[in-house]
Amino acid sequence: MMLAVKILLIIIFTPLAGGLLTGFDRKISARLQGRQGPPVLQPFYDVLKLLQKETIEVNPSHRFYVYVSLMFIILTALIMLTGGDILLTIFVLTLGSIFFLLGGYASQSPYSVLGAERELLQMMAYEPMMFMTAAGLYYVSNTFFIRDIVNRKMPAIIYLPAIFVGFVFILTFKLRKSPFDLSLGHHAHQELVQGISTEYSGRSLAFIEITHWYETIIALGFVYIFFAADSIGTHILAVIVCLIVYLFEIILDNSTVRVKWQKALSLAWLVSGVLGTANLVVLSFFNF
Amino acid sequence: MSFNKKSPWILHYDATSCNGCDIEVLASLTPLYDVERFGVVNTGDPRHADILLITGSVNGQSIPVIKQLYEQMPDPKAVVAVGICATSGGIFADCYNVEGGVDKVLPVDVYVPGCAARPQSIIDGILKACDILEEKQKALKGR
Repeated sequence: MMLAVKILLIIIFTPLAGGLLTGFDRKISARLQGRQGPPVLQPFYDVLKLLQKETIEVNPSHRFYVYVSLMFIILTALIMLTGGDILLTIFVLTLGSIFFLLGGYASQSPYSVLGAERELLQMMAYEPMMFMTAAGLYYVSNTFFIRDIVNRKMPAIIYLPAIFVGFVFILTFKLRKSPFDLSLGHHAHQELVQGISTEYSGRSLAFIEITHWYETIIALGFVYIFFAADSIGTHILAVIVCLIVYLFEIILDNSTVRVKWQKALSLAWLVSGVLGTANLVVLSFFNF
Repeated sequence: MSFNKKSPWILHYDATSCNGCDIEVLASLTPLYDVERFGVVNTGDPRHADILLITGSVNGQSIPVIKQLYEQMPDPKAVVAVGICATSGGIFADCYNVEGGVDKVLPVDVYVPGCAARPQSIIDGILKACDILEEKQKALKGR
């Protein structure tokens, strides 16, 4: 019974929090550019409008991929926020991303196929660091279960500072922020039309937006795991750090330009390789 | 509850404009006018757009493009003709290649005259189109 209530709360409140964060993101971005900006609730207005609109289907399987993607992302949020296995979280998250990618290929539009190819490159760029994160967290806590990782005496960040920096680096891919918003970004309107979501309209587009809200919270959830330990203070600190990291991403988004895919890929692998490996080697040297 | 009014996404197409009105459309996105405060997003994608903003008179080359863009937009949708050329053909109305205003091809909902149309009047036109979107939404529901 408790679990059912918990699941329901996660399903309802995760997108609400994600949508609010996106709203603040747009407001802060506007202020950084010297504009007034839309209301904070703007992302909700957008989605509610899209839900009312006509949904044009390019072919029968087109919509299916988006719904399945959303389902897997919700499953990821459930596994993560109930303190499940971190490896499973990463696998299911990847599966959700892959279904979204297949949705891009399904429409046959050149823009969305190009967007899907870039999304594939982005996944290649950020996946190694995701596993490095899981490996590092296992190394310091000897468990893959999130509820045990966040219940240790010392927060993981003390042992994994370099892996944390590497994770924040690839967070830019996950949150679809410049300089790594190659496949579909909120500012990429004119370059790739709208990447993978080019052919989606109405309800499917609304679901893509909701999926992104879940993904934002999941991505920040990983940041949370680095900072949380068994005292209440560290949990409050973890939430504050999540907000600071998100603010940092917004400022980065507004102050950098999109890079070419070659650079994004090589930079991401270089950062994950050097920071991730160095951190793990140092850890094994001190034999924690 | 109406959300069409709160998030009109626009698609901007230059039929045969001299770029005067296009610059003014883009100027309304800049910090001075900041049309995003009404929730407006300048999408480049007809599938996401609610309002089609057309500048310039139409000719043989741009007619099929305009029709296709309009057909690709999901209902409810509105068309705003920006600038005197888009409303009637303007000084180009008598040219051998010019058909006239946008209303020769599409059902235009809002006319924004001016050469070039000022950002204030473009924003006003977009907000008028929002009200029309709202009416169209109600009509769709009634059907």
